[in-house]
Amino acid sequence: MRKCFTCVICPNGCRLEVEADGGTISVTGNLCPRGVEYANEEITDPKRTIASSVLVDGGVMEIASVRLDKAVSKSLIFPIMDVIKALHVAAPVHIGDVIIHDILSSGADLIATRNVEARQ
Amino acid sequence: MASCREDEEGLRMIESRDVVIIGGGPAGLAAAVELDKRGIHDVVLLEREHELGGILRQCIHDGFGLSRFGESLSGPEYAQRFIDEVRERGIEYHTDSTVTSLSPERIVKVVTPSGLYIYKAKAVILAMGCKERSRGSVMIPGERPAGVFTAGTAQAYMNIYNRMPGRSVIILGSGDIGLIMARRLTLEGCSVKAVFEIQDHPNGLDRNISQCLDDYGIPLYLRHTVTDIHGRERLEGVTVSEVDGNMVPIPGTEEYHPCDTLILSVGLRPENDLIKDAGIEIDEKTSGAAVDENLMTSVPGIFSSGNVLHVHDLVDFVSLESERLAAGVASFIGGGLAHDRTLQVIAGNGVAHVVPQHLCSSSAFSLSFRVRSLSSDSVVRVRQGDRVIVEKRHRRLNPAEMVNVDIAAGSIGKEGNVEVEVV
Ligand code: SF4
Repeated sequence: MRKCFTCVICPNGCRLEVEADGGTISVTGNLCPRGVEYANEEITDPKRTIASSVLVDGGVMEIASVRLDKAVSKSLIFPIMDVIKALHVAAPVHIGDVIIHDILSSGADLIATRNVEARQ
Repeated sequence: MASCREDEEGLRMIESRDVVIIGGGPAGLAAAVELDKRGIHDVVLLEREHELGGILRQCIHDGFGLSRFGESLSGPEYAQRFIDEVRERGIEYHTDSTVTSLSPERIVKVVTPSGLYIYKAKAVILAMGCKERSRGSVMIPGERPAGVFTAGTAQAYMNIYNRMPGRSVIILGSGDIGLIMARRLTLEGCSVKAVFEIQDHPNGLDRNISQCLDDYGIPLYLRHTVTDIHGRERLEGVTVSEVDGNMVPIPGTEEYHPCDTLILSVGLRPENDLIKDAGIEIDEKTSGAAVDENLMTSVPGIFSSGNVLHVHDLVDFVSLESERLAAGVASFIGGGLAHDRTLQVIAGNGVAHVVPQHLCSSSAFSLSFRVRSLSSDSVVRVRQGDRVIVEKRHRRLNPAEMVNVDIAAGSIGKEGNVEVEVV
């Protein structure tokens, strides 16, 4: 099986050409070894990060932005979004605060990426 | 440090500063911190919004900081690292402060909640960022219903004000913000029907096509554009046509697509109004100031970096560029910076635009440019007359990606313009 895709690990966006034959894969087009790792993962269990926002109660803003601190299985993206949409957190919220640890047992934490102070 | 005297316009206080920085986004923040590190402390940073951070405040996706910090941060986190440093260093800044005029004598007038202030600076840094092209600037005919947004406006609605722009979305233009918004809207439960791009190549980075469109099954149609807008109060649909090689719609190819939201991601251009007012030379190709290797404009002591100079793809490079700028500003204030623009840098074959546009000395500098079209296995050559200064083969060149070439000190001779070309 031959597949072409773009490595999304860094902004170089290398065009990877992957030849998968049973258990072994060979990768060309990568500028660095992380491309090979990415290709392996992309064939076996593609992973992505996501960013969204959660509602903040009592904050100077209505929402705080959040993201996953590592990539998760693509299949978990929409289930995780459902969890995020239902969330309310109390102000203050600070960058790096863990909102949910190991969300849906994905191995990733949901962390805040914006400071939202409490309303005076 | 602040001195008081009367302005010709009446009793206004004029404050003196070594450096006034206009714009508190990534370019202004990085310049402020770097100046402080270089011992220039008499600085004021002016930001028109209520918070520092600029456009990064609404860019909540990750992917920022890979070159700068070696990790993948969201926009607000990336900005906060610089904001924290500005605060820790005690650098003076004012938010809600809009600069209304800039003169070649480096007099800066700024409207703030506590009144009008006037600064007289030894050096001014232009770091105002860019603005989006709107419906008017792409001239889409048709009705004017609600539901047509630029990608950045839609992004601010969702990520700062918690408002959804709509439910059923078409995106015109394949700029990065449009692609990012396609994914964001999909994750929030909207139906993003398609992205239409008038050119024959996407405008955004490959990785964004892959992780924002392909991942979510959103189709991208090249050589297509919106030719009509329908709906009275709220948008009801758009007509999309194929275009020919000259980007002219082909009659008979019209197709109607129902949607309640049209998002425009049709390009960015430097926010250059102040620059024009100050009589600073503008490069028509970048729409930003024409600068030399120290990022100084045609007016001595006025410098520019970041998206107001030329639109970047990555904020990391905006920060790096602004740090280099700060080095030039520090030398200027110390009295040791030449400003005789003896040589020009020319965007030659296959090159859309290049920064810097002028050279004053043979010190080391970094050259940034964009190519005109996609190509593979081509060579970028920088030469002065017949003498090749740098030559490098690129596996792939893409107009969506800025190319940077470092030029070593002493490699440029005294005579002859420098030309960058793709061969
Ligand atoms: S292969 Fe390496 S250099 Fe290329 S995009 Fe992936 S991580 Fe970046």
